[in-house]
Amino acid sequence: MKAGSNLEKVLEGGYFTVTAEVGPPKGALATVIRRKGELLKFYCDAMNITDNQTAIVRMSSWSGCILLKEMGIDPVMQMVVRDRNRIAIQSDILGAVALGIRNVLCLSGDHQRFGNHPTAKGVYDIDSIQLVQTLKTLRDEKKFLCGEEISGEVPLFIGAVENPFADPFEYRVKRLAKKIKAGADFIQTQAVFDVGKFIKWMGMVRDNGLDKKVHILAGIIPIKSVGMARYMRDNVSGISVPDEIVTRMEEASDAKEEGAKIALEIIDQLKETDGIHGIHIMAVAWEDIVPVIVERAGLLPRPVL
Amino acid sequence: MYTITKQKPFEEIEQSLDDKKVYIVGCGTCATVCQTGGKAEVLEMKMKLEEIGRSVTGWMVIPTVCDSLTKEALIEEAEAVNKAGVILVMSCSFGVQTVSRYSDKIVIPALNTLFIGMEDTPEHFYEICKQCGECILALTGGICPITRCAKGLLNGPCGGSQGGKCEISPDLPCAWQLIIERLSKTGRLHKLEEIIPPKNWGLSPTGWVANSKR
Repeated sequence: MKAGSNLEKVLEGGYFTVTAEVGPPKGALATVIRRKGELLKFYCDAMNITDNQTAIVRMSSWSGCILLKEMGIDPVMQMVVRDRNRIAIQSDILGAVALGIRNVLCLSGDHQRFGNHPTAKGVYDIDSIQLVQTLKTLRDEKKFLCGEEISGEVPLFIGAVENPFADPFEYRVKRLAKKIKAGADFIQTQAVFDVGKFIKWMGMVRDNGLDKKVHILAGIIPIKSVGMARYMRDNVSGISVPDEIVTRMEEASDAKEEGAKIALEIIDQLKETDGIHGIHIMAVAWEDIVPVIVERAGLLPRPVL
Repeated sequence: MYTITKQKPFEEIEQSLDDKKVYIVGCGTCATVCQTGGKAEVLEMKMKLEEIGRSVTGWMVIPTVCDSLTKEALIEEAEAVNKAGVILVMSCSFGVQTVSRYSDKIVIPALNTLFIGMEDTPEHFYEICKQCGECILALTGGICPITRCAKGLLNGPCGGSQGGKCEISPDLPCAWQLIIERLSKTGRLHKLEEIIPPKNWGLSPTGWVANSKR
């Protein structure tokens, strides 16, 4: 075990793993996190707290993680390189580990131009691959990026993201290989709607033997309404929603039920895909659906290890 | 290669000119190409200032304001310059600072300095170099990700690259798409397998105050 987190234990135990995303509030109310934690607690193995997603200021990821930790939930701290330089990053990681956080997901972050402070200076001192490498160096060599020694252990289970739907398609697997080389222990992917393309990508992942080196969790976003389907298809950077899914949502008499069904069909196909070790459910503003989906997908009870 | 500039809003220029009498300096190089500080723009500025009741004591377009010859030009024009309370400089910030260096007058910029770039299509300029102090073009097929990737990623592309375009604008090509295409064409894509390490930003303008000996 590298860090001994619940997420690591479940993945290393060979279980089909479930993680869920928890978006922190645009405010300081701990209740928001606690309520989501209560709701999802028995339906997943770890919960991600996003880091100012879409560059909109929210409660920090590490504080959300601590609130979950107090409830006995294994948190995944997300960290983007958009807002912190290498000094702040390493300092925040040491603080997070001191407080009991073990899983860290490394991302570039949506460009500041998308958020509610578009005039902010983007930091991007290091990139997401260099962040993965930095965390591995902290953990395995007990050294800072500059080479100086760290006192004590820095147990971390290191995550990275991959978007098989971004371009250039053929290069995505090479970049994934680079993230694994840098030190990624697990990967959470962008939401899968185009299952055909995802399966093609997974084939390339297996051809390169990468599924044996890293745990891949496929992203799932349950669609709540026709409007959401159209919005994601047309406006959300990095997400690819095929027209047929939008049409299904348009034609459905019960949009929410249809959205849940689509998610369940995708999960069924992913469960059959070699090299997929779990799913990561990002139920944006629709957390209530997560227990339903996890139960109907036959993924209960979650293992107690 | 030019220093690309854009004229400041006239209201801002008006507010910074805290003296009625103004001398205008234009630049015959980059600001002329950008049509922000050549002869035509200097004369237009003169007219606009006179319309709002300012008096223009004189003007000149120095071939290259950032050159040390600016000192001589200011001496030659001393009579008109001395009558003014402020010098309005219609050049990049380099020129503004050169004028400040050789004159004790209050010096005001009329332009915003945007970047070092070139004209790709008529009247459209794009940035070429961030002057990072540690050139990595050998690794990236001659295309600079620090300048042309919105996140300045050294190991790109990020998950926002779609159809060859950057996530921040459909008008902006994804620099990493360009890099990958170029390295593929020359059979050098394997060069990207190595992780490019964190950069020494201390050598760049974002780091320290830059100084260099020849």
